[in-house]
Amino acid sequence: MTETLAQISNNALYSATVVYALAMVAHIVEWAMARDLTAEAVPRVHALVGAGAPDSPASGQPVPPAPVPSVDDEERSDRFGRIGLSLTVLGVLLLAVGVVARGLAAHRVPWGSMYEFSITGSLTVSVAYLFLVRRYSVRWLGLLVTGFLVTVLGLAVIVLYRPVAPLVPALHSYWLLIHVSAAATAGGAYTVGALASVLYLLRNRLEEKALADPSAPRRGFLWRTPTAEAIDRVAYRIHAFAFPLWTFAVMAGAIWAQYAWGRYWGWDPKEVWAFITWVVYAAYLHARATAGWKGSAAAYVALLGFATFIFNFVGINLYGSGLHSYSGM
Amino acid sequence: MCPPSSRRPHDYAGPVDQLEPPEPVDVLDESTAQSSGRPPALRPLELVRWTWRQLTSMRTALILLFLLAVASIPGSLIPQQRVDPSAVIAFKTSHPALAPIFDRVGMFTVYSSVWFSAVYLLLMVSLVGCIVPRARVYAKNVGARPPRAPRNLSRFPAYATWRSDEPPAVAAERARRLLEGERRRVETYACDGDVVVSAEKGYLREAGNLLFHVAVLVVLVGVAITGLYGFKGSAAVVTGTGFSNTLTQYDDFTPGSKFDAANLAPFSFTVDDFSVSWQRSGSGIGTPLSFDAHVSVSAHPGATPYPYDLSVNHPLVVDGTSVFLVGHGYAPIVTVRDGKGDVAFSGPVVFLPQDNSFTSFGVIKVPDAAPTQLGFEGYFFPTGALTDSGQPYSAFPDADNPVLSLVAYSGNLGVDSGLPQSVYVLDKTGLKPYTMDNGAPQPLLLRPGKTAKLPGGGGTISFDGYQRWVKLQISRSPGKIVPLLGVLGAIVGLLGSLFVRPRRTWVRVRQESGRTVWEVAALDRASGGDPAAHVEQLATRLGRSGEDESEHR
Repeated sequence: MTETLAQISNNALYSATVVYALAMVAHIVEWAMARDLTAEAVPRVHALVGAGAPDSPASGQPVPPAPVPSVDDEERSDRFGRIGLSLTVLGVLLLAVGVVARGLAAHRVPWGSMYEFSITGSLTVSVAYLFLVRRYSVRWLGLLVTGFLVTVLGLAVIVLYRPVAPLVPALHSYWLLIHVSAAATAGGAYTVGALASVLYLLRNRLEEKALADPSAPRRGFLWRTPTAEAIDRVAYRIHAFAFPLWTFAVMAGAIWAQYAWGRYWGWDPKEVWAFITWVVYAAYLHARATAGWKGSAAAYVALLGFATFIFNFVGINLYGSGLHSYSGM
Repeated sequence: MCPPSSRRPHDYAGPVDQLEPPEPVDVLDESTAQSSGRPPALRPLELVRWTWRQLTSMRTALILLFLLAVASIPGSLIPQQRVDPSAVIAFKTSHPALAPIFDRVGMFTVYSSVWFSAVYLLLMVSLVGCIVPRARVYAKNVGARPPRAPRNLSRFPAYATWRSDEPPAVAAERARRLLEGERRRVETYACDGDVVVSAEKGYLREAGNLLFHVAVLVVLVGVAITGLYGFKGSAAVVTGTGFSNTLTQYDDFTPGSKFDAANLAPFSFTVDDFSVSWQRSGSGIGTPLSFDAHVSVSAHPGATPYPYDLSVNHPLVVDGTSVFLVGHGYAPIVTVRDGKGDVAFSGPVVFLPQDNSFTSFGVIKVPDAAPTQLGFEGYFFPTGALTDSGQPYSAFPDADNPVLSLVAYSGNLGVDSGLPQSVYVLDKTGLKPYTMDNGAPQPLLLRPGKTAKLPGGGGTISFDGYQRWVKLQISRSPGKIVPLLGVLGAIVGLLGSLFVRPRRTWVRVRQESGRTVWEVAALDRASGGDPAAHVEQLATRLGRSGEDESEHR
């Protein structure tokens, strides 16, 4: 039974990786098809932008004549975007099957090695993205999200794979469930938040260039996303969701540490980097309210926070010592 | 007659005095965010005030946060005295040139170093300097009414206007009821023939903000209490032997600076039995599956002992002191007879595990041996095996085929010199190894029940068997509830400060050439909201119809 389930898990995860790769290709085509499209037709701007919000610098200014983008291009770009999203949904289903089957095969939550953390993390990233697509129509994140997922899942199945193994005694606790699920969910949100910040920076640079040179053509996919301001707002909301959850995850870890190791905080390398991540994201929230830090500087701080989070997962797991050595590598 | 505003003019910097609406205020302290610049002419009081302003400014807080993050990094890369003392010793031996420099700048004790403390103390001061004035303002404004509308609502980005035939008074009353129904504070002002309904919500945001920042201080205070009054220590206890909670029984002991060793709870316990099991086949072979220690505990001298199952994630708590099972290992039992044939030593000796297969290193010191003292150094292999080149190693962590491999020394152990010595290190300055004919040290390879003779009638050593020992961490974390409450408060405060969005809404109606002109505008005082959508929704609910001559941006 265990063998079968483990095999199902492996197959599902391989398939999910392939499906995500196809979704990524679809999104690449979506971007490519949009390269001659102008900003004028903005079909997918969600209510977030608002009718009265200061629109993109594009609005109200004369748009230079474009090399006649065909209606076909517009339709095709949109169609490939929808194909990308559909494939992503399929990928998430396969991924969910893979993660659940892995847990059933091991008779426990699938959070015992770096491989298992990677697939679970990919799942939370995917779910967070799909939730945001429903809520805020963030399909414009599709390329970045699928690109990220293909990378992580690819590394997981190729490099990090470990057969099903029992948990070490230190992990035999229901705090594993609380601590890791909170950390994984916050991590998924941090990831999507970071990708949104990347897109914000790209779009913002474009808008700044356009302000400096109003006659420059405004073509390409990035001109068809919501305004930098609207993207920034989405990124902020994601981070605002993730930060309290991360605080909770660190607290749950501290309670567990008190319970298992006799001290709630011991500056173990994993703890140090969880703390650093917390501090940097706290700085992000403050930066957004500080003159001279708003906008792109704050977005870079968010990316720095994400970098510390990733380092904690990759660097400390692989090269660090300490009590959180569960990578299985 | 327009009613006077209850607020100071700068308190709402509406479009009256600037073209753009005010920037949304997100976290703490917008008022001092701009206070950079050069110090004023040096009058002492002003300089102090200027310094205080700088220190409590948001910009400084940001820089201090970054400094805190950077200052934390070395402690995760360089071994820390308080986290892993043996790793510090290993680091010092392998980096003899670097170690003294690192030592001087506190790299082995980062989190209690002067520079780390300086950063977080400054951050605390900055925090207090932020909280106090904000709390004062909040207390003063806690019952404040929504502010009057700025003269020109159309300058707000979130704005809508249209006309209807409803009389202004009726229209305003409807707007008031609608806004009040949304749990907003509402105030109606009549002003120069206009009627303005002002509404505001989201007062809890600032409360959450203040709660969060106070809670962070509470966490720091709680951590300080634990650090000052608590202690942490560890001991290796061989099964069948006991531990009583006195200083001499600890292998290492790190007290807080206010901890008094006289306050150690007078409990004791015996480790009756320790069982451990490993994954024996398939993937993950050699992974530990469970550790369990059965102990008998006496809460105080003379008390009736009670049994307790001590395992990972299942600590023993006596009188507020907790005992945790954090590791285990093997203690080979040996009997050493000296050159005269007398038993000079007999019993288990704790060997320290070196790898996942529990290859364990240890030393046996026999100061009572005559005519010369004897010392042994070597390895215990729980499942002894030989590599292709004939080197012994351990193939599995469980004791399937125990082998003891030692080198024997004779001479002066140095234990009488008065200097403290580690029980895990053999000081070889006064010792000579027993050698083979070719001059190389004579290896003694022993299986349980076997005895080896030392060359030249130096004596014998018997390997009688082994015991397991457990590594116990014993600690007291007084006041640990304080940081817990602090973090919980911080999370609640965060939720308030991140998800409550203060919003001011104005509806102005006035008579103009026989018709009623509506104007609706909204302003968020925090980012992340969408006031424009709110205005649109409000306009629709207030009766703006599509075919009306309405205009909105």
